[in-house]
Amino acid sequence: MFEHVKKNKALALIGGVILTAAVAVPVMAQRDPAYEAARASGKIGEKPDGYLGYVTSPSPAIKAVVEDINIKRKAAYTRKAQETNSTVEQFAFTSGCNLIMRTVPGEKYQTPSGTWNTRDSSAPVRDSRCP
Amino acid sequence: MMNNPFSRGKAMMMYQTSQLTDRRYDAIRRRMRSLATAGLIFGALTGLSACVQVSAPDKPIVINLNINIKQEVVYRLDGDAKDLINKEADIF
Repeated sequence: MFEHVKKNKALALIGGVILTAAVAVPVMAQRDPAYEAARASGKIGEKPDGYLGYVTSPSPAIKAVVEDINIKRKAAYTRKAQETNSTVEQFAFTSGCNLIMRTVPGEKYQTPSGTWNTRDSSAPVRDSRCP
Repeated sequence: MMNNPFSRGKAMMMYQTSQLTDRRYDAIRRRMRSLATAGLIFGALTGLSACVQVSAPDKPIVINLNINIKQEVVYRLDGDAKDLINKEADIF
């Protein structure tokens, strides 16, 4: 009888480990190489509203990548907005503040006035409400 | 009845009468007063309608969406935003 319980416990443990791994995988997920390349080349950039924008007119491939990511971003913002009792725009904007801050030198970002700047070692030009 | 300044004939009569009597200035004064009253009513009405019009265009505040985002909200959400960006690094 006790052996039975032990066996079940072991099974549960293994199941738990597998589940943890499955949950942990997306956390470690990294950018798609095409997306990373478009960012690095300055064809696309971060906008203050929390979404990606086209700096130059996009190729169909780049357009597909950006649209896909922006849809996923909107879904994530919507979920987090509900959790934090805020609006999607508010959460997206706050994320935009952070995403522009996290651009690395060479990448593009949009200033509050709408122009595209190339990030350098200095602080990016952001909205005055950004933390 | 005789003093009704809005009636033309009577007004004429009054005017003529006043020409002959001392009531001349009285009649002019009455006319002026009625004109002033009409002016006041007109002014009050236009003033009132102007007040109503002032309160009407309150709506288009929505034009600038960013106005809805206040700095305090951004500060409150900052931690959660950072958390999301770290957790779903593939889309950021």
